[in-house]
Amino acid sequence: MSTTTIFVPRETSAISLGADEVADKIDAWIRKSGSKISLVRNGSWGMCWLEPMVEVQTAKGRIAYGPVSPDDIESLIESDFVSGGKHALRLGPTKDIDWLARQQRWTFSRCGLTDPLSIDDYRSNGGFAGIEKAIAGGADAVLETVKASGLRGRGGAGFPTGIKWQTVASAKGDQKYIACNADEGDSGTFSDRMLMEGDPLTLIEGMAIAGFAVGASKGYVYLRSEYPLARKVFSQALSLAREHGLLGKDILGSGFDFDIDLHIGGGSYVCGEETAMLESLEGKAGVIRFKPPLPAIEGLFGKPTVVNNVITLASVPEIVASGGGAYAEYGPGRSKGTLAFQLAGNIKRGGLVELAFGATLRQLIDDFGGGTASGRPVRAVQVGGPLGAYFPESLLDTPLDYEKFSALGGMVGHGGIVVFDDTVDMGAQARFAMEFCAIESCGKCTPCRIGSVRGVEVIDRILGNENREANLALLSELCDTMVDGSLCAMGGLTPYPVRSALKYFPEDFESTAGDRR
Amino acid sequence: MPARYDRNIATEIINRFGAKPEMLVQILHAFVERYSFIAEDAIRQIADELNLSRAEVHGVVSFYHDFRTKPAGKRVIKICQAEACQAMGSRKLTAHAEKKTGVALGGTDEDGELTLEAVYCLGNCACSPAVMDGDRVYGRVDAKGFDRILARGRRQ
Ligand SMILES: Cc1cc2nc3c(=O)[nH]c(=O)nc-3n(C[C@H](O)[C@H](O)[C@H](O)COP(=O)(O)O)c2cc1C
Ligand code: SF4
Ligand code: FES
Repeated sequence: MSTTTIFVPRETSAISLGADEVADKIDAWIRKSGSKISLVRNGSWGMCWLEPMVEVQTAKGRIAYGPVSPDDIESLIESDFVSGGKHALRLGPTKDIDWLARQQRWTFSRCGLTDPLSIDDYRSNGGFAGIEKAIAGGADAVLETVKASGLRGRGGAGFPTGIKWQTVASAKGDQKYIACNADEGDSGTFSDRMLMEGDPLTLIEGMAIAGFAVGASKGYVYLRSEYPLARKVFSQALSLAREHGLLGKDILGSGFDFDIDLHIGGGSYVCGEETAMLESLEGKAGVIRFKPPLPAIEGLFGKPTVVNNVITLASVPEIVASGGGAYAEYGPGRSKGTLAFQLAGNIKRGGLVELAFGATLRQLIDDFGGGTASGRPVRAVQVGGPLGAYFPESLLDTPLDYEKFSALGGMVGHGGIVVFDDTVDMGAQARFAMEFCAIESCGKCTPCRIGSVRGVEVIDRILGNENREANLALLSELCDTMVDGSLCAMGGLTPYPVRSALKYFPEDFESTAGDRR
Repeated sequence: MPARYDRNIATEIINRFGAKPEMLVQILHAFVERYSFIAEDAIRQIADELNLSRAEVHGVVSFYHDFRTKPAGKRVIKICQAEACQAMGSRKLTAHAEKKTGVALGGTDEDGELTLEAVYCLGNCACSPAVMDGDRVYGRVDAKGFDRILARGRRQ
């Protein structure tokens, strides 16, 4: 007799809505009834709006129920949900849920499906295929595959990954490193976290492949401290990987050694910038380094270092397994492949949507997101984190594509899409952009450190109707100075949300705006 | 209850990280986990044992938001102040929390029971506004939700 399996996500968003309590109740019932049911804590499929989503493995496939509250468990049991019984919360087969069925899952193909800490699950769902092929084909073949895939960095800057790896591979050095950026500081983003909680072995495999390709024997993951569950799950995954030969000496009999250390960040946004992250990994304050030298030449402890985002690295195993061409088939122009977009803020159906580049903001916000959570009209959308521009409703037909976005002064960044309804006060949002820069500036250069503080004051005066015209001119000058004179994108991009707010929402800065506020 | 400072335990923590200067950020985290803050004594001892100057350790401590130099309340509740949470009313929620607890954001109450802190994104942006109580994250927290979180953690 086969045992039935029930899945309840062990993932931060699901838990934030009660998944642990739901799991506890189901567990208590299983124990009491003495039935042969196993409870698996899977990752999330990314449908945060349906969390906590409970699934049962039935003869007809996995059936989903959600959003389930602890109070629903009794009626679910009465409805025989273990056999996929009828219930008001029944969503049908998981794979047929429209929101999921319409996605193009590449990097997140296992997330939600498997037990994140089961090597058997991992292997039987395509895990290990990438590293095995990499080892069989050799380092140069991996480099060529990654180049051919067109993969670009998913951490924000969109730099071609294959070229970065080639630079490190060609650099001279007795020791090289792979440094994974899991600082994920952008508001509106959570894909790194979901992957590390839901399919951590993929990241480990991606890092091992990177190490193999460039000749690095040591990896670091720099994880933000705001993610305690990701820390726990990823630590467990590291032990598991060592036990099963995915990390350690002589990986899968290849003669290649690789291991990973997990470091926790100190709650500083700017430490997501790659050189600040390297400083922090060396135990220092996260102050930006001058570039050049590039980290690829002189990175961690002065050694050649690949710095890549979690999603970049986690996309690699499948690219190596299926070939660069298969990945490059997705996406237009120079924006190849898929991106895990994250729908956040005032959105009815928020969560993670992995799609090929080229979809429009409107498709994501309307078709997937279902509009705002409040039911009011969308007024502003911020894409690409706190340094990203605010777009008005009229620009929602812009395709999500690196080049199309930068042509409009925006950025795709890490794929976070934060939606605001018509109650948003864009004056307050512009002020916050400057305030955030003031709080998080590393302090190395004046335009950023002082400019942001002055920016807050000037915006306050504009909103307070003091010397409006003069202060608007001053703000514009200040933005120019920050853009031109900042050493890194923290100070250099902060003017983008500010300027876009002024450009597309000037009415919020007018003298009558106060009446509406 | 955060522990009292103890030199032997401090040495044990530092050695857990091989007493390596490059582990300083990790060592400071371990101190905060144990003591809730970084005391002057700790800075002195860490500097000694890592062979760094006190100014160097100070510089690192003051750079990172996570490394408090004053004791935190027994309970630390963080309220997300970043954009996705703003879009769902985090400013109003914060005002409510401050009023309800009598603690200003960034402050600790007189009895040392509760610290309220700002945090910039908890990665729960699809279920905003988000709040963190210890290690536990909550989503879609409105005023009533905040009161429930507050009541839940209160010791009987
Ligand atoms: C202020 C600032 C914050 C950043 N934060 C992150 C971050 O949290 N995660 C990340 O992967 N990249 C972040 N970046 C981008 C990194 O500097 C770097 O481009 C990236 O980690 C490289 O990896 P990729 O090529 O795979 O994207 C940030 C950049 C700046 C300027
Ligand atoms: S722009 Fe800001 S964060 Fe970047 S180096 Fe200058 S002060 Fe530091
Ligand atoms: S912005 Fe609040 S959780 Fe991300």
